[in-house]
Amino acid sequence: MTVTDELLSYDDAVAAYDPVMGLEVHVELNTASKMFCGCSTEFGADPNTQVCPVCLGLPGSLPVINRTAVESAIRIGLALSCEIAPWCRFARKNYFYPDMPKNFQTSQYDEPIAFDGWTELDVDGELFRIGIERAHMEEDTGKSLHVGGSTGRIHGAQYSLVDYNRAGIPLIEIVTKPIEGAVAKAPAVARAYVAHLRELLLALGVSDVRMEQGSLRCDVNLSLRPHGQDAYGLRTETKNVNSLRSVERAVRYEICRQAAALAAGDRVVQETRHWHEDTGVTTSGRSKEQAEDYRYFPEPDLVPLAPSREWIGELRATLPEPPREHRARLQAEWGFSDLEMRDVVGAGALLSIEQTVAAGSTPQAARKWWLSELARRANEQGVELTALPITPGQVAEVQGLVDAGRVNDKLAREVLDGVLAGEGTPEEVVTARGLEVVSDDAALGTAVDRAIEANPDVAEKVRGGKTAAAGALIGAVMKEMRGQADASRVRELILERLS
Amino acid sequence: MPDEPASITRDEVAYLARLARIDLTDEELDHLAPQLAVILESVAAVKEVAAQDIEPTSHAVPLTNVFRDDEVRPCLTAEEALAGAPDADQSRFRVPRILDEEA
Repeated sequence: MTVTDELLSYDDAVAAYDPVMGLEVHVELNTASKMFCGCSTEFGADPNTQVCPVCLGLPGSLPVINRTAVESAIRIGLALSCEIAPWCRFARKNYFYPDMPKNFQTSQYDEPIAFDGWTELDVDGELFRIGIERAHMEEDTGKSLHVGGSTGRIHGAQYSLVDYNRAGIPLIEIVTKPIEGAVAKAPAVARAYVAHLRELLLALGVSDVRMEQGSLRCDVNLSLRPHGQDAYGLRTETKNVNSLRSVERAVRYEICRQAAALAAGDRVVQETRHWHEDTGVTTSGRSKEQAEDYRYFPEPDLVPLAPSREWIGELRATLPEPPREHRARLQAEWGFSDLEMRDVVGAGALLSIEQTVAAGSTPQAARKWWLSELARRANEQGVELTALPITPGQVAEVQGLVDAGRVNDKLAREVLDGVLAGEGTPEEVVTARGLEVVSDDAALGTAVDRAIEANPDVAEKVRGGKTAAAGALIGAVMKEMRGQADASRVRELILERLS
Repeated sequence: MPDEPASITRDEVAYLARLARIDLTDEELDHLAPQLAVILESVAAVKEVAAQDIEPTSHAVPLTNVFRDDEVRPCLTAEEALAGAPDADQSRFRVPRILDEEA
């Protein structure tokens, strides 16, 4: 990273040039075992403890296809309105790089399982239709640790250490057709597409889609052309853009960088670029001029796949409601405004709220807890909302406590804190922290009497008919009872005494 | 997957050797390229009898849809996995630095 690239301002860049994008998303499936062998796919195991002769490519071993992985691939294809190939094969992608011990990756080449589809998404109220070129099956690679360089980067490393636990985990690569016409919205469209895919994959239940664990990874292809020109410009491929925010930033950065080169009369170099999350820039990687040559050929150790119409029909019957219809239905059921709904979707809270409502909460209450209290806490901790250690069922339980008058909003927030701190269920937190509101008339009555005694002038106003003045007395009672009094009962008791 | 050419040039052999990380001397290239060309030409004789209606075949056995259930089976231990490795460190395979040619 010695060269700092010139950048054109974003507004100038999109005023002069029309960006064309292609997004490649790799999704790790959540099967229990690997694509071609029975090794576990569990995340976080000790290095090289989830490997066997097949995924290590030892001589004499033979792969066998995981049926569930193929079903997931077909379901993903169907959910993206793709054609499903009636017959297709795996292929060997040959390359020498130690992340695959076999010296090839088992993938699909010119016969993808799913192809020629589309999906639609909303970006700030505007509908975009994204064409899907293909979705094909392959296997993930091992993880390398580069030792000896200054920052663990590959450049300058003296040697590398490889863990093959991830090698062989089923991957689906989903490739879009060129995305044109987004112009200034291109970064937002890219982000919305990845968010949309994430939601769709979650609804299908085929992947954990945890971007921070690498189970969904994105490569961004981008080129610019002058407005009005049909032919595409030369493109770059930015690898490993692994968060929604980074997808948006990387597209924006490449637009500004390529625009600066073109505006200066230079060519865009067709190359692979690396995204740097920390600095928000891309840097040059391998130049495509030394074109890769993978010498693909049909995998001789695996027989072809020929999904029958019946099988595809059965899998189609298992598809969830498409995301847009799902959102439209929920919005109607919940009575949320467009703006409220956009906030919910933008915060990634849709499924959480849906499950909270299913657990008995009202939609408005569920929205309040997830979008205000929990979103703020997730923000403070820098984690995704769904990564907070609280379940939708527990949020519904907290609201249930409020509805039953056992805690007020202030106490409910303390209950949430307790659950998030790992102190147990909401009920357990209430008991352990002694958070329940007091609605027992004897206890409240004593506090009410003291409040009236201490504020004779206020009491006189209430007696005189100014019931709004009772608020000051309620406040005094709440203060004495450390916020744990049942406010509506306190009000009733005050008015009874002063009528 | 394009058709393989019926013959092969010395340059192509040198290129393939580089792709396959096989270090060939000039003498070895002089010696091997004509031999590989002869082999390819011999195999290409099959094309003379394979009519247009014969599909290219990748498998000798006409099977499709051979699957296993998604069940976890016991794996090797890290010690077993690394037993045949030329070098290992921290339960990982130790390999020479990767970007030798490009860095």
